[in-house]
Amino acid sequence: MRFNRSDAPWRLKLAAIAGLLFLHLPLVLIFLYAFTTEEKSYQFPPPGYTLKWFAVVWERQDIWDAFMLSFKIACIATGAAIVLGTLAAAAVARTRFFGREAVSLLIILPIALPGVVTGIALRSAFDIASIPFSFWTIVLGHATFCVVVVYNNAVARLRRTSPSLLEASLDLGANSFQTFRHVLLPNLATALLAGGMLAFALSFDEVIVTTFTAGQQDTLPIWMLSELVRPRQRPVTNVVAVFVVIVTFLPILLAYYFTRGSETIAGQGK
Amino acid sequence: MNAPDAVVSHSRGGALGRLSDMFYRRPSILLALLLGPPLLWIGVVYVGSLLALLVQSFYSIDEFSGRIVREFTFKTYLELLRPSNLDIVLRTVLMAATVTVASATIAFPIAYYAARYARGWVKGLFFIAVMLPLWSSYLVRVYAWKLILANEGVLNWSLAKVGLSPMVEALLSLPVIGGPSLSFSYMGTFLVFLYLWLPFMILPIQAALERVPVSMLDASGDLGARPGQTFRKIIFPLALPGIVAGSIFTFSLTLGDYIAPQIVGSSRLFIGQAVYVHQGTAGNLPMAAAFSMVPIVVMAIYLWIAKRMGAFNAL
Repeated sequence: MRFNRSDAPWRLKLAAIAGLLFLHLPLVLIFLYAFTTEEKSYQFPPPGYTLKWFAVVWERQDIWDAFMLSFKIACIATGAAIVLGTLAAAAVARTRFFGREAVSLLIILPIALPGVVTGIALRSAFDIASIPFSFWTIVLGHATFCVVVVYNNAVARLRRTSPSLLEASLDLGANSFQTFRHVLLPNLATALLAGGMLAFALSFDEVIVTTFTAGQQDTLPIWMLSELVRPRQRPVTNVVAVFVVIVTFLPILLAYYFTRGSETIAGQGK
Repeated sequence: MNAPDAVVSHSRGGALGRLSDMFYRRPSILLALLLGPPLLWIGVVYVGSLLALLVQSFYSIDEFSGRIVREFTFKTYLELLRPSNLDIVLRTVLMAATVTVASATIAFPIAYYAARYARGWVKGLFFIAVMLPLWSSYLVRVYAWKLILANEGVLNWSLAKVGLSPMVEALLSLPVIGGPSLSFSYMGTFLVFLYLWLPFMILPIQAALERVPVSMLDASGDLGARPGQTFRKIIFPLALPGIVAGSIFTFSLTLGDYIAPQIVGSSRLFIGQAVYVHQGTAGNLPMAAAFSMVPIVVMAIYLWIAKRMGAFNAL
């Protein structure tokens, strides 16, 4: 039997493992370089190992400021995305109306179009409306493409929630708000949490749209980008890179944890 | 069926209760309240911005004063058809196509193994292993390749260890794809794109392969097909919608990226970079707007072809 269920042909196994290594070795390398003693180049193997760059980064106020800015933006954008995404999901999942497909398309649009298009469109719109570039223009841009992540998770969960649950609640005398609070929300909670986590990771890391919608603000990705284009402090950049990887890994793992075992696991499409 | 009015025989007390009754009697009000905020945000703010961009692309720039002339004209689009600009478009589309084919090739075994053989915790591990790079920091992943491809970096070091350095030298001396070093050549850009978008290809292929019943493969084998034939006639056609779905991501993302080729690559521009340069340093917003219509049009054509091929029917 060629196609028995248990064991894979060794060539397939090898190709799969090689593919996964290709995906992960570069990230391992980032961790390795955070400890290097070499300051001026990307020499491999590192000539020596040190923890001193972690202390240097800890003392750097500009990096802390950039981190806090990114964190704040990600929190507010995620909050807005959760509200808007849930509302849209509730409308699309529950009812049939004219233009329903168009609404789904509309919500996916900001992420389906290349980031550079979204960025430049928002920038020229802010220009035309003479809105000064600020903290809030960044949040606006981020929330726009974060809605889809929450929406996807919420729609998947709502489709699996039986409508009779809501009808029963209403029949038993609860009003719509009580039904939402006591029946719908507990059902939705983990899906929203997972969607929110992914939205946070997406916003915290976003750079393409941000370069267009930011004024003088330096988010952490913008700080990183300027270091990538013109490397000045390589060891500091290495440590910040490790830091960013960890900050984005945690919400992704949490999102997986919240939705594992359900039909649709969060994050299958970005 | 009773009319909604008859069902709600007893009105609910309190303002919230009355509001709930109204939602039940007139679902369209509830729908409007639900849809209002997201539509206002995305439908008005975002789509409005896109339309503003479209309008801008029909303006032109006065070559002498550098000011934007707000009159309807096709001048900017005619300029877009210059050979140097068409070069940029062609280069980007070729890169997108190469990246798509390569990532489908690498993604397939991973997706196939995950869909057919991985069970229990191994399956979870595969999923996490694809999800983490997909969602983790874009910039850090580009940065990792700057480390890898540097002259003194790990790739050259390992190649020298196994004596393959001359091969890389030979590749770099090739006319178009070569360059002074890996991190300043199309090969470098290609590797970075491949690495960045590979997870986007794995997940849809895996989803398509999960739906292929094992009994179908057994039947094919029982009817005398060799494994290669089963792959060509059964597995691949059934996985094709997944590959097309993944290729939409790899294609679209490559078309719009302007950061990766700026950090790893030669100085020749890609579409995303052209948009950025025209908008920023050149201050030619109409040209930037016209350029950003290119990825939209290319993607529309791509989706149309995919649809014609019936790729969406099976999804």
